[in-house]
Order: sequence, then structure tokens, then C-alpha cells
Amino acid sequence: MTPRQRRMVWVSLIVVGVSIATFLALAAFQKNLLYFYTPSQIASGEAPTGYAFRVGGLVENGSVKRDPGSLAVRFTLTDGAARVTVFYDDILPDLFREGQGIIAIGQLQPDGLFKASQVLAKHDENYMPPEVADALKKSGKMPPVDEFKGEAR
Amino acid sequence: MIAEAGHLALIFALLMAALQAVFPLAGATLGMPAWVGVARPAARAQSLFLLIAFGCLVQSFVDNDFSVLYVAEHSNSALPLFYRIAATWGAHEGSVLLWATILGLWAGAVSLFSRGLSEVFVARVLGVLGLVSVGILLFILFTSNPFERLLPAPLDGRDLNPLLQDFGLAVHPPMLYMGYVGMAVPFSFAIAALLSGSLDIAWARWSRPWTLVAWAFLTLGITLGSWWAYYELGWGGWWFWDPVENASFMPWLMATALIHSLAVTEKRGAFKAWTVLLAIFAFSLSLLGMFLVRSGILVSVHAFANDPERGLFILIFLGLVIGGSLLLYALRAPTVKDHARFHWFSRESLLLLNNVLLVIACASVLLGTLYPLVLDALGLGKISVGPPYFGSVFTPLTAPLFLLAGIGPLVAWRQGNPSRLWRQVRWLIPLSIVAAVVLTVLWFDIGQIATVAGLSCAFWLATTSLLPLWQRFRHRKGLGGLRQPLGYYGMTLAHFGLAVFLVGVTVSNHFSIEKTVRLETGESATLGGYTFLFEGVREIEGPNYTAREGLFTVSDGDRITARLRPQKRFYPVQRNVMTEAAIDPSLARDIYVALGESLEGDAWSVRLYVKPAIRWIWLGGLLMMTGGFLAAADRRYRLTVKDETIVTTPA
Repeated sequence: MTPRQRRMVWVSLIVVGVSIATFLALAAFQKNLLYFYTPSQIASGEAPTGYAFRVGGLVENGSVKRDPGSLAVRFTLTDGAARVTVFYDDILPDLFREGQGIIAIGQLQPDGLFKASQVLAKHDENYMPPEVADALKKSGKMPPVDEFKGEAR
Repeated sequence: MIAEAGHLALIFALLMAALQAVFPLAGATLGMPAWVGVARPAARAQSLFLLIAFGCLVQSFVDNDFSVLYVAEHSNSALPLFYRIAATWGAHEGSVLLWATILGLWAGAVSLFSRGLSEVFVARVLGVLGLVSVGILLFILFTSNPFERLLPAPLDGRDLNPLLQDFGLAVHPPMLYMGYVGMAVPFSFAIAALLSGSLDIAWARWSRPWTLVAWAFLTLGITLGSWWAYYELGWGGWWFWDPVENASFMPWLMATALIHSLAVTEKRGAFKAWTVLLAIFAFSLSLLGMFLVRSGILVSVHAFANDPERGLFILIFLGLVIGGSLLLYALRAPTVKDHARFHWFSRESLLLLNNVLLVIACASVLLGTLYPLVLDALGLGKISVGPPYFGSVFTPLTAPLFLLAGIGPLVAWRQGNPSRLWRQVRWLIPLSIVAAVVLTVLWFDIGQIATVAGLSCAFWLATTSLLPLWQRFRHRKGLGGLRQPLGYYGMTLAHFGLAVFLVGVTVSNHFSIEKTVRLETGESATLGGYTFLFEGVREIEGPNYTAREGLFTVSDGDRITARLRPQKRFYPVQRNVMTEAAIDPSLARDIYVALGESLEGDAWSVRLYVKPAIRWIWLGGLLMMTGGFLAAADRRYRLTVKDETIVTTPA
């Protein structure tokens, strides 16, 4: 093959490859993008029902209710301005506790209940998912950050 | 004192790195041998100072010196010694120091094992490595100094994140960084070649073993990380398409393309400019990975809360490295001429296809990783891209790679013979498919198309990669036919490892079963033919934690298969709860039990998994790594310049 022909093969291979990849990527994107909504946005009706998305906020104190005899649990997420009730039927992560910032992935039901398929909490007490921190800042309910005081807590 | 010594050593290392960068590069351009001669001693001195600095930080951890802020934040006097040492790279400052130290070690290694190369070329390579070092060391000294003091010193430290108190922390980051940072070496070789203006074949031969070693380390690092995530996170998954995992996977894909394209450049003198570009990309993606992890813009298990100054610094550094090297490339690459010609059906063409597929696969991962970040930065909403995206894009892109990897080595350079290839492999096609169908039916009852396809690919790859050895054994009368260069065995082993990996992925993805149950003491659950009897929970005391340990007796009919003791640990210093899964491993299947939450009474929620063939995933990774090291040890890379002139000059 002459260099010129080879370049043509190159170019056509890349064009074909890139178009296939773009097609696959866009098709997959359509189905797999997860948007993030705050409890306030859900309350104002901005969040869709029937589509999976992520919601984040603080687990409201005293809101965790377990169903005796099964794994099902209900709790309330808040960004300080609004709240949404989350239903989850699986094992909660180790760092899930009241007052903690978490993210839940799932679908909003027509009755306003958020059915979570996954709950994420981070392995760092001071770490807050950026989305949750933003949501709290927006509503002005950001809790004070625990500064390192030079002592073990 | 030790911390100050470490700080001082860091400053000296920076000075050495500056010497290593400025004089050799200037000397090589201006033709001043004395300046060129600075390269090797400066590189060695730099690695020595970095080792001292790193040793000082380790010592501060060993001594429980909580007057050092970094130690106070990430260690505790109750932490066992082993984890205190590993804690050195358990958080931001220390891991960047590890990055810099490993870069210093690579530069030191280049200065030691490059005697065959011309002095001027080595000076340029070390000079470029020195420039990278300067950037990283400035970053450490200005934004992430691990030796910063905290006065008055606290009585005790805040402890290492319990998730990291594990053997995995001791091995995964150092090995991963060896690979990540090792990409700086082929990068420097490429830049040095561009600077010298002679992209000859010798350049490719010199950088090949370095690239192979770095690739092998990267493979090992990723494999270890996957294994660690599997047993530590308690979800039983081995790959999550987490942005940080992607950050390590993208350089791997690029490096894999690079080692293949280097082979073409070295053997055939083709793809010269392309190979240089791949070397630049591989290292740029390593730096991008560092930016993603260290800037704190990611939501992932690896994310730390970080200050934005650091992200900005790395971003500027990244821009300088990528921008500078691409500019140099744009200026120099057009003068590079490929004279090699090849037929459309040749090993060159197949390797070209390999490169195109790998680069596109890498681009698809990059898109999925960066798209949410870009959208967020532009204020267009917060989204995340889930694993299904990667699954549905990545699988079709990589499937042809598995098929091609089998036949690539069977096709001749320059011009292959399609009908000869067909005669060689035709009986392997039905064999692979039949074997896959039989296995699926025998072991797993159900015939799933995806499994059959995956296993067929794996058998195809395994048999085609071993075929040449078998043919040599038959035609050349026995073992004498097996005398092949190590490079050949390295390639065969790596391709075979890829097949083993594919078996693991296919079987464990499709036939893993799991169950989340609520169990009271004395109750049992069944999963996959195994009975899990929950015999209760007891309290135990660890060195720096207390734990509730469950006892599960797993039986298969009447025979007891395993007694598993998963734990729920409580680490009092950070007030953290950690799940420690219990696993009964074997090549055929893993039995995996993780405690969930303590429910009312003595009931617990429990996660049970039976995962067939999951070990094959990591076994495949280890085989690929071994293949990389074997290939790097090939004799012909050890020929010196003198030998080479003897070899290439016909008498």
C-alpha cells in the first residue's frame, strides 16, 4: 500500500469507528443518564415520575421507620426547604444514619413516594456529596463544618 | 526533626529535578557535553532525596508523631504498625509524595539501565522526566506539603479511614502508581525523540521494554484494585465504572494500544508519528486521572473533600504538559515519513485495527466520565452516567478486539495470506462454539446467547493464541520448536490471560446469584444449592475496633463446605461502622456472605452471594501482567548500541 492509500484506509477506519461509537454512546446516553433533583425541586413538581433519577439531602432526624419482619425501610430526606419520603427494600449502607447527607437513586411514584433502588452514603463523616452540599447551600441550611480541633473526637 | 528533614529533602529533590531538567535539555540542544553529563547524576540524586523524604514521612507515621498535621489527620496510636506504614499513602498529601517518589525511581532506573543509549538522547529523556518532576514537586511544596506541623500537637490522631485499614491499601496504590507514573517514561522517550528530530526505529526499541514494564504494573495495580473493591466494599462487585476506576482504566487502554503500536514501529518502521501521539495520550490520561482524583470534583468511593487550589494547579500543569507536547508534535511530526508499505491484509493492518478500537473504547470511557463534569461546570444540570452506559458501549467495541487478538499473531507482517490463515483456524471456530455451548449446558443448565458468545470468544482466543506453539511443537519435532524469544511467550501469555479474564467476566456476570435475607439465629437460607445456616453473632475485640461476628455454616447437601465469619466492625476513633465480608474462595466459585444491619431481636439482614468463576477475572489480569514482564525481559532489548552496530552491519 502506498502511504496515501494507507492514510485513506486510516481515515475511513477512524470515521467508521467513530460513527459507530458515537451512535452507541448516544443511544446508551439516552437511556442511562441519571439527573439529580433536590427535595425542593421534587416538591415544586420539577422531577419526573416513571424515570430513574437521583435525589440527595440530609436524612431527617427521627424519620427512619423500619417495617418489622422484613428489610423495608422508610425515611425522609430534606434539603432544609422541602422533604421527600424515600422507600427502600434492601440493606442500607454502613454509614447511613440520621443527620447524614446521602444520595438515593430510584423513581418517584405518582403519590410522591420515592422508591429507591440504591442508597449511597460515604465513608467519611465530614464528606458530603457535592450535590447535597449545593442543595443545602441553596436553601441556606448548610450545617457548620466540623473543623479539626487538634484532638481525637 | 524528622519532618523538617523530610521537608528539606523534598526541597533538595526539587533542586535536583530542576538541574536534571535544565542542563541536560539545554546541553543537548547547544551541544555541550558537560551539561549533558549532568543528567544521570542529577536523576540519581533526585531519586535519593525523594526516597529520604518518603522515608521521613513513613518514619513519622511509625513514630506516631502527631505534631505532623498529615499524620494527626490520618493515623492513630491504636492503629497497627502495618496499617500505619500503609497510611503514609492513605490520603492526598502522602499519595502525591508516593507519586513523586515513584517518578524519581523511574528516572533513577532510566539513568541506570540506559547504558546502551546515546548520551544526548538519555539527557533529553531524563530532562523531560525532570520537568515533570519539577511540576509535581512544586505542587507538593506549595499545595500539599505532607510535613506541615500542627502545634500544639494533639494527644492522638484522627485515625485512618477504616475502609483503608486493609492489606489492599498496602499494595494497590503503589502498584497502580508504578504503572500510572511509569507512563512518563515512554512519554519522555517520545518527547526526546521529537526534540532530537529523529524518530528512528531505535527510539521505539528503547522505549518498548519500559512501556511493557509500566503496562504490566498498571495491569497489576488495576487487578489488585478490583479484587480489593470486591472483598472490601461488601457489594460483591468487581468493577463499578466509578470515575476513579475509569481514570486508571483509560491510561491502561491507551498503553495497551501503545505497546501494540510500538511493536509495529520497531519491527516495521510504520506508524511512527502515531506511536508518539499514543505515548503522549497515555501519559496525559495518567495526569488527567490524577486531576480527577485529587481535585475532589468526583463523587466516588475515592473522593476526598479537597481544596480547589490543588485542582487548579493540576489543571494548569495538565494543560502545560498536554499543550506543550502536542505543540511540539504539531511542529515535528509532519517531517516524519513512514516508508514502510503493507498490504490491507497484514499484521500491520490488524494492529492498526487494534489501535483504532482501543482508542475509540478509551474515548467512550472518557466521554462517560467527563460529560457529567462538563455539564455541571457549565451549569446545565447535574447528571451521572451509570454502569449500563459503559456496558452497552464498551461490550460491542471490545468484542472485535477479542476476536482479532487471536488471529493477529498468525498473520504475517507486510502481507498476510488469508487462505493460509483460514486453513489454520477453520476448525477452531466450530470447536470454540461447541465447547461454549457444551460448557454452558453442563455447568449452568441454561443456554444464554450472551454467555455462549462470550465463552466462544474466550475459547477462540485461548486456542488461537496457543495454536502457533502447538504447530511448532508438531512440525519441528518436539520441544526444540518451542525455543522462542521471551517476547513471544509474553504476548502469548497476555493473550491467553485475556481469554481467562473473559471467561471470568462472562460466567460471573451471567451466573452470579445473590439474595438479601432477614435471618434470626438458627434460621437458614438457601442459594445456588448451598444452605446457609446462621448460628448467631458474638462480640469480638480487634486491635483498634470492636466487632460483631456472625457465624454461618455453609453446606452442600450433607457436606459442610465452609464456615464463614463475616463481621460488622465499629471503629471508635472515627465512629465508623464497616462491613467485613467473609468469602470462601475457589476457582470454581466464591461463596460470599456480608452482614447487613442488626434488626429487631437477634435478627440480621444478610447478603448472600454465590459467584462462579469470579477468581478467573483476577487470574487473567495476573497472567497479562506476567506476560508484560516476560516480554520486557526479552534478550534483544538488552543489546547495547555496540552490539547493535555489529548486528545490523553486514560483514
